[in-house]
Amino acid sequence: MDKVYSDASSALAGLVKDGMTIMAGGFGLCGIPEALIEAIRDSGAKGLTFISNNAGVDGVGLGRLLETRQIRKMISSYVGENKLFAQQYLSGELELEFNPQGTLAERIRAGGAGIPAFYTKTGVGTLIAEGKEVREFNGEKYVMETGLFADISIVHAWKGDTEGNLVYRKTARNFNPMMATASRMTIAEVEHLVPAGEIDPDCMHTPGIFVKRMVHVPNPVKHIEQRTIRKRTDAAVLAGAGEEV
Amino acid sequence: MPWTREQMAARAAKELRDGFYVNLGIGIPTLVSNFIPKGMRVQLQSENGMLGMGPFPFEGEEDADLINAGKQTITELPTTSYFSSADSFGMIRGGHIDLSILGAMQVAQNGDLANWMIPGKMVKGMGGAMDLVAGVKRVVVVMEHVAKAKDGSEDPKLLKECNLPLTGTAVVDLVITDLGVFSIDKKGGSGMTLIELADSVTVEEIKAKTAADFKVDLNGKQAA
Repeated sequence: MDKVYSDASSALAGLVKDGMTIMAGGFGLCGIPEALIEAIRDSGAKGLTFISNNAGVDGVGLGRLLETRQIRKMISSYVGENKLFAQQYLSGELELEFNPQGTLAERIRAGGAGIPAFYTKTGVGTLIAEGKEVREFNGEKYVMETGLFADISIVHAWKGDTEGNLVYRKTARNFNPMMATASRMTIAEVEHLVPAGEIDPDCMHTPGIFVKRMVHVPNPVKHIEQRTIRKRTDAAVLAGAGEEV
Repeated sequence: MPWTREQMAARAAKELRDGFYVNLGIGIPTLVSNFIPKGMRVQLQSENGMLGMGPFPFEGEEDADLINAGKQTITELPTTSYFSSADSFGMIRGGHIDLSILGAMQVAQNGDLANWMIPGKMVKGMGGAMDLVAGVKRVVVVMEHVAKAKDGSEDPKLLKECNLPLTGTAVVDLVITDLGVFSIDKKGGSGMTLIELADSVTVEEIKAKTAADFKVDLNGKQAA
C-alpha cells in the first residue's frame, strides 16, 4: 500500500470530520506541520479539538484555524503568543485545557504506548491537580494523569522514506515523535522524501508503523518567532551570549 | 544600591558547579549564561529538546529549526544532543537536571512558587515551569524584590503565602532579588533566611519590603 499522497489536501481527503480530536506537532512555530494545517483549514471541518503545545501566532500555524473559528478546544501548555486566542478564550468561544508541558508530552507518549494513566509529581498542590487522584509513593505525593489518543495526528519531519520512517531535524523534533504514535491516523509531511532503504535504519526517529499517510513538502517556508543574533565582533562564545534584536 | 539585572545574574551564576546540567528560564535567568566562570563545564538544557545550548547565531546563520524554549534562535556546540519533548521532560521530571534558575511573580516563605497565571488577566500557560520545579534537584528564583504597579505603588513578592495560583508547593531553594539573597528550607520546613544583602541595602529596608517572615544569618557577608 502506497503511503505517499500527492499533496496535503489529498492526504487528508475524507478524514477530517466535525468534532474530531487532532494532534499537531511543533514547539512555537518550530517543526509545525504547516501544509497539513492549511489543508485542515480548507477541509472546513468545525468544532475541532486540537492537542498542541502552542496555538501558533496570529496568521501562522494553528492561528489560521482560530481565524476561521474551526477550533472549539485547545489542549496546550502555553498560548501566550496569540492575541486572537486570548480574545476567543476570554469571550468564551474557545475552551482551553492547560497541561504542564512535560505532563502533556508524557500523556501523548502514554496514549501512543497503550498506557491509560500514570502518576507524576508535576502539579501536585496546584490547580492542575484539582479533581484528580493524588496518591503517595515512597512518602511523596503524585497526581494521576491520563494518556491522550487522537483521531488524527499531523506531524512535520525533515526526512521520510516511502515506508513512513521519519527523521526530524534539531529542535523541530519536539512533540512530533510522540504525536506520531498517539492516533488512529498519523499523517506526516516531510521536507525530503527518499526511497525505502536510503535512511540508515539505526538513525530513524519514528518507525514507519506509526505513519499511515505522507506528503512531500519540499522547501517549506519556516518562521522564526524571536530572531536573536550576536555580532561577529563578540569575543564571548558563551552559551546564550549575544543580544536580542 | 540594589543589584542590576546583570549583578543578579552574576550572583545566580555562583550557584553553578562544574559538570552541572542546568535549565535557565526566560528573562534575567537567560543572562546567567554570560557569567559561567571560565574553565567550568556547564551544559545548558532547553526543554524543547536540546542539551548543550550554544550562543545566539551570527547574523545570516539563523536556523528556524534550532531554537530555545524562549523561541530564540540559538546554535549548537560539539556537546549538543537533540531529543523529543518526552525525553526532555523525562530528564527534568526524573531528577537528572542539577539546577533550574527561573523567574517568579511570588514566592512564599515555605518555598511555594507562583509564576504562571494572574486570574482574569493573563492566560498564557505554565509551559514547562511546573515540571521543572517538581523535578529539578535545586530550584533558584531570580526576581525583583517587589512588584511595581503603574501608579508607582509597590507590592511585596516574598509572602507568607502566595495569593496567585501556584506553580509548585515547597519547591524553591534560593531566592535572589535586587536587594539580597534568601535561602529556603523547603524540605525541613524551617522557613526562609536572609543570607546576603546587596551593596548598601539594609535589613530594615528588606523588612519593609517583605511580607514573608524570615530569619537573618548574614554570616559576615553584609556589604558596606
